[in-house]
Amino acid sequence: MYFVTALVFFVIAGVEALVIRMQLWRPENDFISAETYSQMFTMHGTTMIFLVAMPLAVAFFNLIVPLQIGARDVAFPRLNALSYWIFLFGGIFLNSSFLFGAAPNTSWVAYANLTSSQFSPGHNVDFWLLGLSILGVSSIIGGVNFITTIINLRAPGMKLMRMPLFTWMTLVTSFILVTALPVLAVALILLAFDRFFGANFYAPSAGGDPILWQHLFWIFGHPEVYILILPSFGVISDVIPTFSRKPLFGYPIVVYAGILIGFLGWGVWSHHMFTVGLGPIADAFFVASTMIIAIPTGVKIFNWIATMWGGQIRFTTSMLYAIGLLAIFTLGGLSGIMHASAPIDLQQHDTYFVVAHFHYVVAGGVMMGLFSGLYYWFPKITGRFMDERLGKINFWTYFIGFNLTFFPMHISGLLGMPRRTWTYSADLNVALPNMVSTVGAFIFALSALILVYTIIKSAISGEKAGPNPWNASTLEWSIPSPPPHYNFGEIPTVRSREPLWREDERREIEAVTLKVPDVEPVMPNSSYMPILLAFGVALTWGLVMTGRWWAPLIALAYVGVCVFVWAFEDPFARKGA
Amino acid sequence: MPTTEARPRLLHLTALLLGLMLLGACQGDYPQSSIDPQSDFADTIHSLYVQVTVWTLVILVVVWSVLAYVVVRFRENKNRPAPKQTHGHLGLEIAWTIVPALIVVAIAIPTIRAVFETQTELEGDPLTVEIIGHRYWWEVRYPESGVTTANEIHLPAGRPVTLQMNSADVIHSFWVPQLGGKRDVNPLRRVGEEGELRGYTYLYFTVREPGVFLGQCAEFCGEGHSLMRMRVVAESESDFNAWLADWQEPSATVTAPPPARDTTGQTPTEDPLVALGRQTMFTSTCVACHAIQGAPAAGVLGPNLTRVGGRMTIGAGLLENTPENLFRWIKDPASIKPGVQMPGAQEEGGGFPPTNLTDDQVRAVAAYLSSLR
Repeated sequence: MYFVTALVFFVIAGVEALVIRMQLWRPENDFISAETYSQMFTMHGTTMIFLVAMPLAVAFFNLIVPLQIGARDVAFPRLNALSYWIFLFGGIFLNSSFLFGAAPNTSWVAYANLTSSQFSPGHNVDFWLLGLSILGVSSIIGGVNFITTIINLRAPGMKLMRMPLFTWMTLVTSFILVTALPVLAVALILLAFDRFFGANFYAPSAGGDPILWQHLFWIFGHPEVYILILPSFGVISDVIPTFSRKPLFGYPIVVYAGILIGFLGWGVWSHHMFTVGLGPIADAFFVASTMIIAIPTGVKIFNWIATMWGGQIRFTTSMLYAIGLLAIFTLGGLSGIMHASAPIDLQQHDTYFVVAHFHYVVAGGVMMGLFSGLYYWFPKITGRFMDERLGKINFWTYFIGFNLTFFPMHISGLLGMPRRTWTYSADLNVALPNMVSTVGAFIFALSALILVYTIIKSAISGEKAGPNPWNASTLEWSIPSPPPHYNFGEIPTVRSREPLWREDERREIEAVTLKVPDVEPVMPNSSYMPILLAFGVALTWGLVMTGRWWAPLIALAYVGVCVFVWAFEDPFARKGA
Repeated sequence: MPTTEARPRLLHLTALLLGLMLLGACQGDYPQSSIDPQSDFADTIHSLYVQVTVWTLVILVVVWSVLAYVVVRFRENKNRPAPKQTHGHLGLEIAWTIVPALIVVAIAIPTIRAVFETQTELEGDPLTVEIIGHRYWWEVRYPESGVTTANEIHLPAGRPVTLQMNSADVIHSFWVPQLGGKRDVNPLRRVGEEGELRGYTYLYFTVREPGVFLGQCAEFCGEGHSLMRMRVVAESESDFNAWLADWQEPSATVTAPPPARDTTGQTPTEDPLVALGRQTMFTSTCVACHAIQGAPAAGVLGPNLTRVGGRMTIGAGLLENTPENLFRWIKDPASIKPGVQMPGAQEEGGGFPPTNLTDDQVRAVAAYLSSLR
């Protein structure tokens, strides 16, 4: 469900990106108005991050983590359902702003004091801040759920240092989720008070400080970058060993590097703020802390290459995406080192050079990792392979379209084109790189269409897959594909990091996991309550927009009722009994 | 810092590597290029940029080469035995932790030096210029001489400059790439019992040679953000001083010439269009927002129009300064610049009512403004 919803938002965000590229096709173009353009880039960024990349990762957390650790489900399946429905209603709420012609228009970072009622009187900012508040609830609930699942529901013998890397990175990501999202929530609530109840947290005229927003936003925002990339690092840490027929090189180092990145991610936020004028001492500190992060990231890349070294590499689409991530992310990481050097950042900040940089990291790194995971786990989840021939076409159009779109942005940025600009002067002489970018974007879009087609076609008529079609080493491949609804009839015991690659251990485990149990484990019934409750949560936030303090309380009362009804519902009640 | 001989060579190398894939993009002028330094501040950044670019390119080439080698060399081959199941190598791990760490230190040291260097006021009698960001134009003040202008920042080449910046509304960012990096322009806030104003930001640089350098706002500030442009006009010290002196002296057509002395009853020598324009201007709402030195116009919300006829562009670097463009601009600015605060002749704007001028009146005002040179 997460997956399909995220895919729909992916298509919407893609269309927004195409509209942006159409407008920038030539200098001084007027394909769309400046106001529409602002809405497009704001919604493209917000959607890709909160409604595509994060939920896609969460989809894999949901589907794969329980299988990897030998659990029948996540720790709190009902909370999980709630998290999904809140996410869905949040996404719908955010996008419903288009119907009112009031889509958010102050960019995905929404810097104060542009977002104050004085300078943004419409409901655009309201939709943004309330939509993100709703989505934040969903993410925090999800994070709690995955932490509990991974800590408590591992199969016997699955020590922490035997967990597959994807599970490890899910754990790290979940900790960042539950700690970073509350910071965003604080920033948003202060903004809500400013806008709806006349407070002045970010209003300079009343002694408030707009730069406070930037600090709060980036204290959340930089860990957010790692929320996005670490799951993809986890995916390829599982994919690369499988298709190289070698265990992950330096497993403990890769784990520690991931944890270290998660920690250090908290100490670098002001590298987004080198131009603010915080003074040389603050700048110097954030230069140093940011550069330190490059080291564990580099170590990971070297370990992945070392895993492939001496292996027998099979070029499945999944592996191509993983190798693509290595190549592309390296470039994106290195341009990041340039920005880490504060004086250079004074030139490159808020230009297309930065747009190129973070698309190399996010569209090249994050999305390629997630697509690698998609091709890798699709046979496990559906019991059918993704079409490999279409997959190769999908990968290569992606790779070419991606580079054609984003590489030229380095050049337009260096030549002086700022980001978030509706149009650019012909004098800047950046028409050519922009045209190439636009052509690239259409190839990129074509690739996305091929992907959607491949998914649908493969789900219906893909080649049937066995329990372990890639001959992989981890626990999820020991059960039938698709897995029975209870995953594991009987929980196996694990004795090593690559249980399925040790002949004796594999036989032991498969004797347990492939057996049809005599009595099916009882799983909880599904319920309508999470939908009703999630609707209430979205409604509560939505009613804040009325600016009347009692309005959201009504919806909150409804939420309370839902919680009670749901709590007293018997999850194991037999139908008709 | 590379020597001056080495710099063009390195610059060439970078330009070549980055530009090869887009050959066409390598020809022509780039008036807003961030890799064409024309001030000491921009030089410092650029030499750092070249240095870091070389480091990163070396790393990129090494990683990509190894990756390519691995992908080709270790592709699946049934004739080779099954891969050895290695789990790691401590020596390698230490090596590839320490080498990047050393490179990072090599980059961090000159970086931090430059961070401090570029945020210190320059020696040698710097000229202070106050920059105030407005949605969507730039106010420029010279506190020492009381001169106020807009969007075209005259600076003396060769003399150190301190830009003291703040914003009248939301956060902007001042960026003229050939003269150095950008710096945010923040609204001031009153703090403490005394109501002290805080939030100024500063840029320090010395323009090397006279010339015109393009720039624009680099922090999203609303609908008109992409059209909030400006330019720096660097002149020799004497030209600059002459420009300041000119400003303080009202230009010839600011006020009506004294009535002709001779009693022949001849019409005054002045262009009647200019006369009509002047009269229209001072009896309309124009002067509620605009000021002109030496005239009964002292508005402060919009750009100061003293000697506006001598400017290169209008609308914050948008249009060439011709009477025809001035006419278009005064008649309907929002059609040229979405989000503009100035009302048109028929359209309201920025919360202000329309000016209600006829086309002829607008044409006359344009002629009058053009005459203020």
